[in-house]
Amino acid sequence: MNHIAPGRHAGVYTYDEIDRRFVAERVEQFRAQVERRLSGELTEEEFKPLRLMNGLYLQLHAYMLRIAVPYGVMTSRQMRKLAEIGRTYDKGYGHFTTRQNLQFNWIKLEETPDILNQLAEVDMHALQTSGNCVRNVTTDQFVGAAKDELVDGRVYAEILRQWTTLHPEFTYLPRKFKIAIMGSEKDRAAIRVHDVGVIAKRNDQGEIGFAFYAGGGLGRSPFIGKLIREWVPEEDFVGYLEAILRVYNQYGRRDNIYKARIKILVHELGQEKFTAEVEEEFARLRGPKYRLAPEIVAEIRQHFAPPPFEDLPATSVSFDGARVQNEAFARWVAVNVTEHKAPGYAVATISLKPAGGIPGDATSEQMDLVADLADRYSFGEIRVTHTQNLVLAHVKQDDLFALWTALEGAGLGTANVGLIGDIIACPGLDYCALANARSIPLAQAISARFADPARQQAIGELGIKISGCINACGHHHVGAIGILGVDKKGEEFYQITVGGDPTLTTAIGDILGPAVTADEAVDAIEAIVEVYLANRHDGERFLDTLKRTGHGPFKERVYAAH
Amino acid sequence: MPLIKDGRIVEDDWVKVPDGEPVPADRPAIITFERWQAERDSFAGRNAALGVRVKSGTLAPAIAPDLERFALVAVEFPKFRDGRGFSTARELRERFGYQGEIRAVGHIIPDQYQFMMRTGFTSAEAPEGTNPESWARALTEITVAFQPSLDDPQPLSLLRRRLGV
Repeated sequence: MNHIAPGRHAGVYTYDEIDRRFVAERVEQFRAQVERRLSGELTEEEFKPLRLMNGLYLQLHAYMLRIAVPYGVMTSRQMRKLAEIGRTYDKGYGHFTTRQNLQFNWIKLEETPDILNQLAEVDMHALQTSGNCVRNVTTDQFVGAAKDELVDGRVYAEILRQWTTLHPEFTYLPRKFKIAIMGSEKDRAAIRVHDVGVIAKRNDQGEIGFAFYAGGGLGRSPFIGKLIREWVPEEDFVGYLEAILRVYNQYGRRDNIYKARIKILVHELGQEKFTAEVEEEFARLRGPKYRLAPEIVAEIRQHFAPPPFEDLPATSVSFDGARVQNEAFARWVAVNVTEHKAPGYAVATISLKPAGGIPGDATSEQMDLVADLADRYSFGEIRVTHTQNLVLAHVKQDDLFALWTALEGAGLGTANVGLIGDIIACPGLDYCALANARSIPLAQAISARFADPARQQAIGELGIKISGCINACGHHHVGAIGILGVDKKGEEFYQITVGGDPTLTTAIGDILGPAVTADEAVDAIEAIVEVYLANRHDGERFLDTLKRTGHGPFKERVYAAH
Repeated sequence: MPLIKDGRIVEDDWVKVPDGEPVPADRPAIITFERWQAERDSFAGRNAALGVRVKSGTLAPAIAPDLERFALVAVEFPKFRDGRGFSTARELRERFGYQGEIRAVGHIIPDQYQFMMRTGFTSAEAPEGTNPESWARALTEITVAFQPSLDDPQPLSLLRRRLGV
């Protein structure tokens, strides 16, 4: 086996002595906080935000520990550590999240400091993965590999990761704060449903700048982020965010948890007034203290230097041959593999959505295998997508068949990325204390119903997103088909929405009709798909057909039996 | 309630005067900001230092016009989770150039102490029965910061920095 030093060329920010000292100090700080809680010095109310900011969240049956994967990129060594923690402290699996993180669902409070110590060994932590602070900054899962990329979002996500870590002014915000950055013209990071969404771009002189959107979010009142500035020069990147956060920290509502997100502030003030407040604050802040100097950007950028790609021809004979000979492989390539900017390379997405499986779950064995495959085929680097899949970003076309064969052998070869089986689902009532209904069994039932990969491919691009309650962790509002679990007198019901869209043409789905039972929901999805297939014109995506026909035919068919 | 300065419990020279009670003329006294607004003329000839206690919803711009009259501003945290006070302190210093004492009062915990020091607070009123060790440790347990503190002369061009070096 041709092992490259794990992670040497992985596109992650490499820790040095200062970073390691910081993480070690935080582990000790949390250990002391746990002791102070156990001794009664801290009340449960006081301890709660402290543990949340260390990633520890109390679910229905146990503590959940959410581990930060900055902008979703990690090394194979880190992945192996996650596998080991899963085996030692959890039930042998972990769950990849819509924030590109990983969470363990069966954690003991008293073991948490030890787990954090283990994570620190591989330069990982669980900082600010929960709580009313700035959370893990997310970006395009194809960053550094995508052909359409204009700016490498990791550089700026890392700058924000550092800038927002233990920010003394913004660690007790009215509510959580999520930022997403895209550096391509296509939006693969759902930036307009984030508290702040950023598009990194270049002007005619080749200089880097940013468009800022604010006030997007899902939850019980979904809002699409509003453009508040078309161009923020690179040197003002941090200063502008500082201005947004200061306005939010001072004026965001604190009287009602459901109205505390920045989206409500932007909505209540209005786009114009909010923008004016931010601009006024920014005008005051702007100065040497907040200036992001080109040298610091250059230093951070070094961490994300491209791996040493070989000079390869744009096409591979063995790859083309394998596709001709093996239909299943050809389908996997057509569905899960994306073009790479380097000739002869490809981006491979590993679906964590097998038919009948739990979306986003991976066993420790699967994590170990993906780590090995990353070492062998992708410079020891793995990405987590916000759709709860994994990515090997730099695979030689020549290696794709061997990669797929290994994945197939471990139940990781499902060819359904972006298709109907690629369901986003929140943990739901199986784990979550907030949920009204279960999400996972419904996701399993739907993906089992559409198990046939050929059928999925024929249906084409169609995202189903399921949330077990109105907090919308499963992003149901922006699912082409969204499903929301509701509780009706102790019984689980599901409300179906259609027409949601998480990309730059962001749209919130509309409710199709009355909520249905879990069994009816699976039939309803199938009915919607049939109406789509019967009505679609050549090359039309589900959303296009829906736009053209309106809800009528879908509604009629779904509720025909009622 | 014990007053914490530089990580230690210290003597408090200030007397806190509830609304409606007479304000001693010869001692540093803290009154509510509401009382100041209602009775400001009555303090015109005062020689002893005057401080005000402001609620978390009273932001820096509201206090700014009278800042030169106050030797102390006590910023209230109704709940420790209400982080508006961090912005208030920072704005008092950075935007309005306030040089006096800024004191954190109300529901605060040692785990916030370092943030307070870094946003411009100079003292903190800890709850009765607090563990002084926790306050002392709060200033030293984390030695790395990722942003300039208020009094940090280093510009942003260095993202990470060691505290107290």
